[in-house]
Amino acid sequence: MSSLLKNIIRFFVFILVQVYVLHKMPPLHRFITPYLYYLFILWLPFNISRSSLMLVSFLYGLTLDYFLNTPGLHAAPCVLIAYVRPFLINVLISQEGADQNYASPSITSMGWVPYLTYVIILTLLHHGYLVFLEWMHFGTFWYFLGKVLATSCISLLLILVTELLVFRKEKFKTNTV
Amino acid sequence: MRNIFLFIRRYFNFIFFLVLQIIALSFLFRYNKFHEAAYMNVAGEITGKINERYNNVQYYFKLKNTNEALAKENVYLRNLLRENYQAPDTAKRFIVDSIRIDSIKRFQKYSYYDARVVGSFISAQMNYLTIHRGEAQGIKKDMGVIGPQGIVGRIVTASENYAVVMSMLNQNFKVKAKLKKSGENGTVEWDGVSPQYVLLRDIPKSAPIANGDTVLTSELSSIYPPGIMVGTVAGSIKDPSSAFYIIKLKTATNFSNVQYVTVIDDLQKAERQQLEESIKK
Repeated sequence: MSSLLKNIIRFFVFILVQVYVLHKMPPLHRFITPYLYYLFILWLPFNISRSSLMLVSFLYGLTLDYFLNTPGLHAAPCVLIAYVRPFLINVLISQEGADQNYASPSITSMGWVPYLTYVIILTLLHHGYLVFLEWMHFGTFWYFLGKVLATSCISLLLILVTELLVFRKEKFKTNTV
Repeated sequence: MRNIFLFIRRYFNFIFFLVLQIIALSFLFRYNKFHEAAYMNVAGEITGKINERYNNVQYYFKLKNTNEALAKENVYLRNLLRENYQAPDTAKRFIVDSIRIDSIKRFQKYSYYDARVVGSFISAQMNYLTIHRGEAQGIKKDMGVIGPQGIVGRIVTASENYAVVMSMLNQNFKVKAKLKKSGENGTVEWDGVSPQYVLLRDIPKSAPIANGDTVLTSELSSIYPPGIMVGTVAGSIKDPSSAFYIIKLKTATNFSNVQYVTVIDDLQKAERQQLEESIKK
């Protein structure tokens, strides 16, 4: 399956799971909103150009917003993590040229610790910005802090489960760097 | 000039990032104006169709609750029938017709439309419902929405066949309500904590309050008819910084299984608004 087709399918699957499974769950607590959809952006291939990465993320966030009737609320954090992603990958890649040898960020291509750092930083950024935008409408500082931390923990748990459930084949493309 | 082009080329990604951020934030902060734009209606039509597909599946799992709620409402309405109120025969009897219709003027104030809920969320801080009835079927912005048990929300936007309802569980939602027992007016809003409870503010401390008291929509409300159930008192705190209570209400509507709603059209609303606008000038 080509990488483009795979990502198009992922686009719709992540949106539908986010809207019809995670947002339909009875709320546990006001601080906890389970978010998983932005994993789509973390899984996009290395070789996508920076401006198209941001454009895809913007459209992706806006699609979710149309389902939840909050235009712009999810699109803005998606664009932010898409902008930061290439910087992080440059810093975190340990092997020389892993971004040329593998297709997309994963445990195999980056290693456990760098991949975990990558996920945690982008999760905190995404939730931080998202809850900050909510906080500007209402809420207190404790709401902001509590929600960022609680939601990030739940999201990291969901990402861990997804990584264990979904096996992504990462082929080693070439020996030459 | 050349330097400007070089600058743009060098910082293209950053500028593109800023542009996308500004677009996203302007959507967010100009929410209401944006809603009226055509593309929101198109998007509403598409997401409404997908929501309806999902709801067709989910619908069967909630049929039992829906039936119970509708049966209860039927019993309540049957009790209101005119045959149930028979006075003993007296010499003089005054007959009141339910609706006064003049050949020139209409006296009917509210008209009701039923609608099926095809999408609903209760887990966010801003919750909305989607109903399968739109502009083509008589729905307009700012109409009130009630369910079999009590109030549900108000219409914020309508496309051709679907409409989006801002539910009572939304931090922007406010409604005027009164205590049934003593008639004091206050404002109901949601604090975002639990989908089962809302807050009633601005009730003076002099009002007698007990747990379980009924709270109804008030005559001051601009979109609901008076006397529709909002909820029951579940607890109250005397706010030490003001002369008012903060009352916790258990909502009458169970938002996790609302399936059918009724949309209320206030036929005299335009007249009332026009009158109220005229004194502001």
